Amino acid sequence: MAVLVYLEAEDSKLKKSAAELASFASALANGEKVYALTVNAANATECGAFGVDEVHVLETTEQLLSAAQTAQLIAEASKEVGAKTVVIGSSADAKYFGALVAAQLEAAYIPNVVGLPETQDGTQLFKRSVFTNKGFAFTKATTDTVVVGLAKNAFGSTPNEKPIQVVTKAATLADTTVTSEGAEKASGKATIADADIVVSAGRGLKGPENWGMVEELADVLGAATACSKPVSDMGWRPHGEHVGQTGKPVATNLYIAIGISGAIQHLAGINASKVKVVINNDPEAPFFKAADYGIVGDAFEVVPKLIEKLKDFKAQNA
Amino acid sequence: MKILVCISAVPDTTSKINFTANDTEFDTQGVQFVINPNDEFGLTRAIWFQEKQGAEVHIATVGTATVEPIMRKALAIGADKGFRIDAVPSDGFFVATQLSSLIQREQYDVVICGRESIDYNGAMVGGLIAQQCKYAFINTCVKLEIEGTVAKAVREIDGGNERLSSKLPLVIGAQKGLVEESDLKIPNMRGIMMARQKTIEVLPAENIEARTTDVRFERPAAKGEVTLIEPNDLDTLIDLLHKEAKVL
Ligand SMILES: Cc1cc2nc3c(=O)[nH]c(=O)nc-3n(C[C@H](O)[C@H](O)[C@H](O)COP(=O)(O)OP(=O)(O)OC[C@H]3O[C@@H](n4cnc5c(N)ncnc54)[C@H](O)[C@@H]3O)c2cc1C
Ligand SMILES: Nc1ncnc2c1ncn2[C@@H]1O[C@H](COP(=O)(O)O)[C@@H](O)[C@H]1O
Repeated sequence: MAVLVYLEAEDSKLKKSAAELASFASALANGEKVYALTVNAANATECGAFGVDEVHVLETTEQLLSAAQTAQLIAEASKEVGAKTVVIGSSADAKYFGALVAAQLEAAYIPNVVGLPETQDGTQLFKRSVFTNKGFAFTKATTDTVVVGLAKNAFGSTPNEKPIQVVTKAATLADTTVTSEGAEKASGKATIADADIVVSAGRGLKGPENWGMVEELADVLGAATACSKPVSDMGWRPHGEHVGQTGKPVATNLYIAIGISGAIQHLAGINASKVKVVINNDPEAPFFKAADYGIVGDAFEVVPKLIEKLKDFKAQNA
Repeated sequence: MKILVCISAVPDTTSKINFTANDTEFDTQGVQFVINPNDEFGLTRAIWFQEKQGAEVHIATVGTATVEPIMRKALAIGADKGFRIDAVPSDGFFVATQLSSLIQREQYDVVICGRESIDYNGAMVGGLIAQQCKYAFINTCVKLEIEGTVAKAVREIDGGNERLSSKLPLVIGAQKGLVEESDLKIPNMRGIMMARQKTIEVLPAENIEARTTDVRFERPAAKGEVTLIEPNDLDTLIDLLHKEAKVL
């Protein structure tokens, strides 16, 4: 059965997640045709390098589509190409339009999927994370059509160059009751959702005035900054940086935790990250049990030194 | 203004998660259930509308009688009335469809769900309700003001915020930020006493087929030992991150 994958674009370019999503869709299609859908992406053909056969590029002068409008475009496209499996990502936007797409297609919605399904008695069982990464469920759909939400950084990207067909057309947008009045984004800064590396700090840093070194470390690494819940509750850092079970989920390649104790709610939200480094002056801090690499030491001594060493490393490996 | 807050009862955030019956069921033994944290932010905002703008606030939960203590807590926080739809919440579609029937009957102006429940993390009930009831929908909502039939809201996006406006009726997905942590309502003695007098109406569930089935569960693989590095040997750390972990 054909698979349709929706690739989000930003500033007229496919987002970084496109490679992973296209690779997953193509593996899922298992030889059947892979369609991609994207809105206003000038570099749409690039997904051909990850197994997409045909990409539909919808064009609109509208800057910020509502989730309902995006959902409608995805639902219409999947009907048009006869896809019974629709693959979406797990960005904030995907978590917004995902349910709307499923409802419009009368499909099952299986989010937070961490890999290819296994087949049991002819039906596909998707492994997805539940209980905020404290467990996994193997879930099957009881409907013909299924919307699969791929968890970030769960599958990786596998180059699979194919000659790609491009279909460009104008997007027909539905009326929307929710209208955007503009978005504010920190420009030129890596976001927790997209960064390969996240540098996170906790109450061990004593106060907001000490975040300079956290930001500098993040700068050197091209990383996003994050924090523990009490740090955002006390207003040391903005809410958008709070990660964990009740904050943002983190699934990066490298997570560096500085002065964070490693409470169960914090760990649940970040343990989908591949490699965890912990810097804490208390050898008994629970975070060490969840870490790959640990430094027992004073953050105020270790972090500045680490910044210098990393600058040297970057200079040598540039 | 009539507001419905959809309350999901979930394991307390400190719970260890285990599975039983050959890994086909979540093991509730020793697990303490609480109001889903995202729903708690939504409920507190609803009570603000009740206090400041005279809103009537109802709560609804799809669940068996075991969820009633959680519902009583929500009533003690200040909700006026509860509905319990009597069924095991088998999946997000099942839950949403049950709630949609109630919403269409009661004609709520605003329906507040959580961004996601922290048990099955579906992040879908709010969106499904919106689509089924033809209500507007705003997810990851961190600010909500209502004047007349118009809502002004802010939602969190990756790396920032988006300002939105919408006509009612509206469904939102609530989360931290909608109210400050320090403003979260905690039931006081008077609230607890009053909650005893409030109604929880039990409604029979409609016969709806779930769209997904969890066939079995698995716990995450055990974590290997941490590699400790001396604070004065950061070259080794960088070397390991570069060559062994391949993340630099
Ligand atoms: C319902 C609920 C939900 C929650 N959700 C979340 C969530 O989503 N995310 C989250 O993060 N928390 C969450 N929490 C809070 C969580 O339980 C912890 O309280 C919190 O994570 C602790 O933050 P922390 O590690 O920054 O601070 P602390 O626990 O105070 O730890 C500070 C650490 O810094 C170390 N330290 C001190 N000085 C130094 C130094 N000079 N150098 C190096 N290390 C130093 C200490 O040894 C200590 O380990 C939640 C709690 C509840 C009840
Ligand atoms: N059994 C339930 N009863 C009432 N509301 C629910 C139930 N399950 C989920 N919800 C609501 O839907 C939101 C999102 O849940 P979910 O889609 O399961 O992540 C929750 O935060 C609740 O507001």
